[in-house]
Amino acid sequence: MQGLLLYLTQTLALIRKEMLALLKDPSSRALLFAPALMQSLLFGYGATYDLTHAPYAVLDQSRGAASTQILARLDGTGVFQRIATLDSPARIAAQINSGKALLVVIFPPDFESRLAAGTTAPMQVILDGRNSATAGAAAAQVAAIVADFNRTLGAAPPVTIIRRAWFNPNFESRWNLMPAMIASLSMLQTLMLAALSVAREREQGTFDQLLVTPLTPTQILIGKALPAIFVGLVQSTIILLIILFWFQIPMAGSLWLLYGGLLAFTTASVGIGLSISAVSLTMQQAMLYTFMLVMPLMLLSGLLTPVRNMPQALQILTYANPLRFGIDTVRRVYLEGATFPDIAANFLPLLVLAGITLPLAAWLFRHRLG
Amino acid sequence: MTALTVSAEGLSKSFAGLAAIDNLTLTVRQGELTALVGPDGAGKTTLMRLFAGLLRPDAGSLHVLGVDVARDPQQVQDRISYMPQRFGLYEDLSVQENLDLYADLHGVPMAQRRDRFARMLAMTDLARFTDRPAGKLSGGMKQKLGLACTLVRSPDLLLLDEPSVGVDPLSRRDLWQIVLQLVKDDGLSVIVSTAYMDEAERCAQVHVLHRGRILASGPPDTLRDRAGGLTFVATPLPPMPARALQARLIDAPDCIIDAVPQGGNVRFIRRPDADAARLADLIASATPRPAELEDTFMMLLRLQDDTPPTTIAMQTTAMASDGQPVIVVRDLVRRFGDFTAVASTSFQVARGEIFGLLGPNGAGKTTTFRMLCGLLPATSGHLEVAGRNLRTARAQARQRIGYVAQKFALYGNLTVRENLAFFGGAYGLSGKLLRTRITDAISEFDLDPTAVSGLLPAGYKQRLAMAVGLLHHPEILFLDEPTSGIDPLARRAFWRRITALAQGGTTIIVTTHFMEEAEYCDRIAIQDAGRMLAIGTPREVRDLSGADDMNSAFIAIVETARAGRNAA
Repeated sequence: MQGLLLYLTQTLALIRKEMLALLKDPSSRALLFAPALMQSLLFGYGATYDLTHAPYAVLDQSRGAASTQILARLDGTGVFQRIATLDSPARIAAQINSGKALLVVIFPPDFESRLAAGTTAPMQVILDGRNSATAGAAAAQVAAIVADFNRTLGAAPPVTIIRRAWFNPNFESRWNLMPAMIASLSMLQTLMLAALSVAREREQGTFDQLLVTPLTPTQILIGKALPAIFVGLVQSTIILLIILFWFQIPMAGSLWLLYGGLLAFTTASVGIGLSISAVSLTMQQAMLYTFMLVMPLMLLSGLLTPVRNMPQALQILTYANPLRFGIDTVRRVYLEGATFPDIAANFLPLLVLAGITLPLAAWLFRHRLG
Repeated sequence: MTALTVSAEGLSKSFAGLAAIDNLTLTVRQGELTALVGPDGAGKTTLMRLFAGLLRPDAGSLHVLGVDVARDPQQVQDRISYMPQRFGLYEDLSVQENLDLYADLHGVPMAQRRDRFARMLAMTDLARFTDRPAGKLSGGMKQKLGLACTLVRSPDLLLLDEPSVGVDPLSRRDLWQIVLQLVKDDGLSVIVSTAYMDEAERCAQVHVLHRGRILASGPPDTLRDRAGGLTFVATPLPPMPARALQARLIDAPDCIIDAVPQGGNVRFIRRPDADAARLADLIASATPRPAELEDTFMMLLRLQDDTPPTTIAMQTTAMASDGQPVIVVRDLVRRFGDFTAVASTSFQVARGEIFGLLGPNGAGKTTTFRMLCGLLPATSGHLEVAGRNLRTARAQARQRIGYVAQKFALYGNLTVRENLAFFGGAYGLSGKLLRTRITDAISEFDLDPTAVSGLLPAGYKQRLAMAVGLLHHPEILFLDEPTSGIDPLARRAFWRRITALAQGGTTIIVTTHFMEEAEYCDRIAIQDAGRMLAIGTPREVRDLSGADDMNSAFIAIVETARAGRNAA
């Protein structure tokens, strides 16, 4: 009992010191919360695949009623914006090459006559494939408009598709992206915070003074990890509040489960950060390692491209990426309203990761020879 | 009449309203070695930076090499070389690459480089190490390389800002040989700031700086005479140790200006106005001795300083000295790869002893020291600290030791109280006990609890580090070069405190580069190349070498051992 009390006294002293050091400096205090706030607003508005005012050009060689009608529909959606009307096929390349137009719609001279004859009338759409995601979305939109037009001609096609997007009825990419930010934006900061915490002490010489105290490596680990986890959760909360109340994306799942997932995810991230920190001798080194790690963690997380599109070997590798499971958990709980049994499989890799990196960091505190 | 290298008149410079240099007038003659001495914060570095044209004076005129520095700093900088306290060596570059780089930076013509490099490498004895990265050099060698890089071109004036801080006596001697040779052979003008009075003694002119003003100027001989007739040496009656008598003397500031132990005796300076009866009360008999520059320096400062030296009423740890060993080291070995940093070392330290670890830079004393406080595991051997085996019961052993690092190692952005509270908590203190201890520490070390630790002046940072190290009343206190870069005045106060602690039963393990400080120790050990060369009382170690002061004894012992090793 006495021993436990002593243990807690010592650990609490360290936690308090870490929090003080974090919150004392006005610039570091601002850094804790301002970036999460600004970035989530920035990405909420800025990062989107949704088409609005997609620029397109037209080469209408048929000049008939049908092409005019289709063009009117294109212009009428608000998705497309006509930026040029071309008079010769030679002008097409310049429009796409310069990036002025995302797509060029071409009606051949016999378009009207073929329709009148009741045969299939092809129209061509040339897309800028350099931006494949947006071009794909634009093509789909054009196809939908043309299909709609076909129906007005009375000839009912044998098979029609009726599209219902679950969890995101309007197919807004913000709905997909923003919940993922709850995990990814806060990871950036917690990783950095944890990576710098021990490296800063080593660089400034305070770590020796800490190591001569009777604090055990486990206590130092707890003292270093808890404040970082706390900051990570606070950041996630800020982003969550913005998504809920500013962007008003409705949350389907349980708040408890969301935080349970975030806790497991943040702990694993802090474990990685502290391991980086424990091997680094200087803050510069820690920073470098963190930056090296952040890009692959982000890109191979399923944030922008689905994990199942990756080669098999990479997919296996992503089991070591906490962000993959962090994002998946948040998305599914938030959008889909997943329950614990649905996402229980996500907790396992996160807990294994934390279970390896945290003890590793604690061991490295004393065994990193300098 | 010799030409003037520097002439300053009514020079002033202040930072944030605090005067660093205050209406200062001084001249430096050409071709001479000039010393600037003074306590911390006297303005030595500011003055150097003003000379080098790196700072702009607020008022007054300053001519260096006949040029108005404020008007044309570049012209001055083209003709001087300045070595700041922390010289910017590129640690990943080799010795040769560092030299090349500085030669490029200063635009030294290729034709001149070969001769210049050869001469610099010969002088600094670094020719054997040209391929070694600068970061892998010992502290003394780094400093020599810094000097070599500063001198890649032939300047008209050389400015050296405390070049020998943290440098061992051997490297210090080498460094000074280089400087003296340059003055003699090239007629170079050199201005050097230093905390070592024996270095100032070698200069042609000495300026004593205090609070941005010149307290005294002149050749060392003339300055020395100011303390003439006031300097004595006293022998304590056995079994009283010298430092106990020293403590008694220094605690009587109304009679005694300064006292230091030396060779079992105590050297002291009496106040000119001291009461004879009271003096006789303090010391039974004293023999006059010739005055030294340090005597004058201490006298000038003490008579300036209205604040009396802190008298120490130290809390005493329960146990008094009982001769029981609290540190037992047997066959201690530490290897880094195939390099043996510490080779089979054995010694014991008794409770209440002050034990000094001395050695040149890179001799293995830091490694030994770090193993003793549990910061570095030993490769093999037995290590017992405060009755605990350091291999099996590290946390328990650590509970009983205090540690003061060489550099300030507390949290700079926390306040004094927050630092104390954290470390108190880390040692398991809490509640009322912790509060009492903090209050005691704050009053004892005269600290401001709300001050931000990182912004404290050097002397106060050191006090805070001591307060933290002592907060949990450790049985053993480890001090790693605690007085490095601290002026003589602050060093006296520091040692007075250490003496009191040892009297209270705390064991002290201390490393130092100031050989005269070894005189405060009960026993000292001299290490080089990982081996114990000598261990014993200061008198025994001196007798072993045949030298009569500790500095020469140290150099003799290390050089004899090195010669023996090379012969074998």
